[in-house]
Amino acid sequence: MNAGTDANRKSLLSTYLQVTPLTVVMLLFFVVPVALVVLVSFFRYQMLVGIVPQFTFKNYIDLLTNPTTWSLYGSTLKFTVIVLVITFVLGFWIAYFLVFHVRNLLTAIGLFLVCTVPFWTSNIIRMISWRPVLGREGLINTALIDTGIIAEPLDWLLYSDFSVVVAYVHLFTLFMIVPIFNSMARIDKSLLEAAIDAGATRWGVVWNVVLPLSKTGIALGALFVVTLVMGDFFVVSVMSGGLSGSATSGMFNDLQFLNYPRAAANAVILLVVVMLIAFSIFRLVDVRKELVR
Amino acid sequence: MSSSHSYGPRPWTFYVLAALFVLFVIFLYGPMIAVLILSFQGPSAALVFPLRDPSLMWFDELFNPRRVGDVVGAFSRSLPLALIVMILTVLVSVTAGFAFRRRFPGSGTIFYTSIASLIVPGLVLSIGILVTFRYLGLSAGWYTSGLGAHLSWAVPFGLLVMFAVLGRLNPSYEEAAYDLGASRWQIVKSVVIPIVFPGIIAVALFGFTLSYDEFPRSWLTVGSKNTLPLEIWTMTTNVTSPALYALGTVTTVVSFIVIALSLSSILIIQRRRSR
Repeated sequence: MNAGTDANRKSLLSTYLQVTPLTVVMLLFFVVPVALVVLVSFFRYQMLVGIVPQFTFKNYIDLLTNPTTWSLYGSTLKFTVIVLVITFVLGFWIAYFLVFHVRNLLTAIGLFLVCTVPFWTSNIIRMISWRPVLGREGLINTALIDTGIIAEPLDWLLYSDFSVVVAYVHLFTLFMIVPIFNSMARIDKSLLEAAIDAGATRWGVVWNVVLPLSKTGIALGALFVVTLVMGDFFVVSVMSGGLSGSATSGMFNDLQFLNYPRAAANAVILLVVVMLIAFSIFRLVDVRKELVR
Repeated sequence: MSSSHSYGPRPWTFYVLAALFVLFVIFLYGPMIAVLILSFQGPSAALVFPLRDPSLMWFDELFNPRRVGDVVGAFSRSLPLALIVMILTVLVSVTAGFAFRRRFPGSGTIFYTSIASLIVPGLVLSIGILVTFRYLGLSAGWYTSGLGAHLSWAVPFGLLVMFAVLGRLNPSYEEAAYDLGASRWQIVKSVVIPIVFPGIIAVALFGFTLSYDEFPRSWLTVGSKNTLPLEIWTMTTNVTSPALYALGTVTTVVSFIVIALSLSSILIIQRRRSR
């Protein structure tokens, strides 16, 4: 009895030792920095001096009473919703195809890797690579003119909301495919056969069996896509040619004037919005229970 | 769907989804291939097709720092940084992954902190780390604050991969080995490592590439010397020649080499094991 609890205590100790490096990294490079951002967001800014440690709500009042903040958040939320819908539809059906339609497991894994390889390459390069495709003299315009479909090149293909959405979908659909694929691969295929034998239609199976059983993957994918789009500055500024802003644009401007307090307040507002969305996703699905088994 | 198991004729949805998949792959790789081809553009320096007088001149141009920027220097920082992040990510997330196989007091907090670190906007973290270093009186550098910023993102990713890997390591394997008289070390060596090793390579791949390509988290944290993605970012505004595409080709080739090395070593290990 005694020996049992002793061994238990010993293994608990080794568990804590195993998790110590992670805890240290998280404390040093995530918890402390974010806590300091929150702290600094309540400090005063003075030209030439920078951060003055005097408590104030001014940064928040400035931001929340400024209509620009609201319109930037509005535009970011619009992009988020559009991209979320497109990446979900694409991600769901591509994962569905790989898991339920490709008969050979090795082929499925191979095709899955084809989808994931670009994830391991540079985002900036993938973004820039749309220029020779969508530009005024790009591949699409040239093709459309050569085939006589249009007479003048389309201007809205590049440096527009359209190209921003294209780049987001290009960069972030992987974040939907991978977790949904993971969830779907765990579905016992005999469940689907049972549903069919019980008289379900093929749509019924997708709607009532596959979709509910993939919800962890969908939730994780949505979490990634939402936070990536909400926190993005660089895709919007490159792909819109500086025409559109994002929730982070204000932060960017403040930093150029070394106005850390207001940049921090901006960051905190963004963080609160992102965390609220993440929290509501976690309310819907117990992600941990599904991940750690 | 039932036919996918009885191997009857394929349903029409197969063809629709197969077409969707092919279109998606073209969408995914098409632009990258366009850049790859255009990086061999000739002296006309056109940024669009057609390709005239193919040459290697824009690759040569990359080594000309007055025209393009410090590409070689940026590369000489990005590569070691990615390797350090890779090693630390493997060490930290593999050990932590094993800890999470049981519930312990505080496991939920640490888990959700890691997830939060994964989804916190990179710019927010960038500002946070910069401010932290200022308060500590340290100056930002790629091997200090930059390294930390990259770890805050690569480690949670590695952890997620470890969850997927360890989910397949059934504790009863270890118990069976123990019952058969294996020592702790023997269990680790002959049961745990063979099952987990391909996953560890995957963690390493994530660690390397996430650092090598990371931009938002690097932006304020690498200090005065740029890493490669930051150098490319400055080039997008300054350089209007196919040299930009040449650099894109070079970085993509490096990424592909790393991916190919990782995936093929995983494949070799799997094949050896199945023998």
